[in-house]
Amino acid sequence: MSTAMPAQISLADVDVSFGSKTVLSGLNFEVFKGEVISIVGASGCGKTTSLRLLAGLLAPSGGSVSFEGKPVRGPRRETAIVFQDYGKALLPWRTAEGNVSLALEVMGVPGPERRSRISELLALTGLAGHHDKYPAQMSGGMQQRLQIARALAQDPAVLLMDEPFGALDAMTRQSLQDELLDLSARTGVTIYFVTHDLEEAIYLSDRIIGLLPNPGRIGRIFDVPLPRPRDQLITKEDRSFLALRHELYDFVKGSEH
Amino acid sequence: MSARKPDFRPFAVPLGLVLLWEALMLAFPTASETLAPPHAVILGFFGIVTDGTLALQTAQTLSSALGGLAIGFTLGSLLGAAFGLWRWFDRAMQISVESVRLIPSVALIPLSMMVFGFGTRMEITIVAFTTQWPAMVLARAAVREVEPRLMEVATVLQMSLLQSATKIVLPSILPRLFVSLRLTAGVAMIVAITVEVAANPYGLGAAILAAQISFRPEVMLATLIWTGVVGAGINQVLLTTQNRLFRHSLPGGGGSE
Repeated sequence: MSTAMPAQISLADVDVSFGSKTVLSGLNFEVFKGEVISIVGASGCGKTTSLRLLAGLLAPSGGSVSFEGKPVRGPRRETAIVFQDYGKALLPWRTAEGNVSLALEVMGVPGPERRSRISELLALTGLAGHHDKYPAQMSGGMQQRLQIARALAQDPAVLLMDEPFGALDAMTRQSLQDELLDLSARTGVTIYFVTHDLEEAIYLSDRIIGLLPNPGRIGRIFDVPLPRPRDQLITKEDRSFLALRHELYDFVKGSEH
Repeated sequence: MSARKPDFRPFAVPLGLVLLWEALMLAFPTASETLAPPHAVILGFFGIVTDGTLALQTAQTLSSALGGLAIGFTLGSLLGAAFGLWRWFDRAMQISVESVRLIPSVALIPLSMMVFGFGTRMEITIVAFTTQWPAMVLARAAVREVEPRLMEVATVLQMSLLQSATKIVLPSILPRLFVSLRLTAGVAMIVAITVEVAANPYGLGAAILAAQISFRPEVMLATLIWTGVVGAGINQVLLTTQNRLFRHSLPGGGGSE
């Protein structure tokens, strides 16, 4: 990323501790508008905690988190979250339409406008025609699409995703990855993606932040030199994809000792 | 399939037993003061239906049971919800609540009779006192078991307190509150009949006792069976309503149901 471009999100010397336990230490990085950035690392190194910081759900114990130059003091409309456990994050008593409507209602979007926004969002996430289905009547992939639709209803500048495809089967996961890349290309939304799947991180991202555990800190930031648009077969057979996969694997394995 | 063609097999055993009872009573005629053959019970039933006493007694019992339930369920649920929301309040009230709760409801009959005399009011008071405890315990659990992820969704969407109460908390706990209503309705019927048998010269309970004292086993048994039918009817109405209202939120609603 060019130095002329101002960062959308920046973290400066951020520490997070719960009681006497330091979870994240000395975090310094910037996220630029429109990029896809993934966070990988051994379990327990603070990937999700970093996402909660960006969301404003958690205040840093030291240092600062800022969004477009202003300090983050709490959740904001511009940052939306997609949780891994879609089954718990959706309202079971509301239909697909009602779940998307929730975000619009809170934002005070008037009724008639809401309807057209809902149709638009459900179409964008591949759920056209499923307006009246309840979450329990949908597959896991559809439920996660619905959660993404609800997040997009906030009209966010940044989409924070916490292992969103971790609970899905391989085929569904691949199609959702492609849909997400398509979405990022079309809307220009910034994506901050927490995952433990290294191939997924490479396939989606412009950059990958590798965290080290105890306490959680940045080990390395990897650039992903792969061209876009990406393809499940061609991209994953690319020499630099394989080389990066090797490097990331060594990085995560090495951090576990 | 089973809804179209009613299955009569479960009725075979009770029907067989009734026929056996009739046959035995015919074979060995007795002038029993406690037993009557089924045909006499049926005749007795028609007798109290046609002279209007059964309708009056049913109305008396139902008004006490449902009136007491309305008060007890409402008070108990509100108190339980407050306990669920504010743990300090729960702790502050714990000893007071536990000591009053352990008083057996029947032991309150003399006190209630001293205050209100015979009649509906004293019965309603005891029913309300007894039903509020299970309603309180279940409402407290319902509030505590609201999915934490949904509360986080409320935070991310920057919901106001009123919005999260009406859009998240209330719809989450309604199915459980309805289950609690069904349970306490059963308790209300039991307590109402107990009070009538023990002290209050009103309603179905008093009618059962009066028939026994005046050596009319056929009326006693007819009233007894009718009391069971009324209880089952209330439960069936509530169960049907529950299935209609909460079809989507009860299964997979994230609870222990």
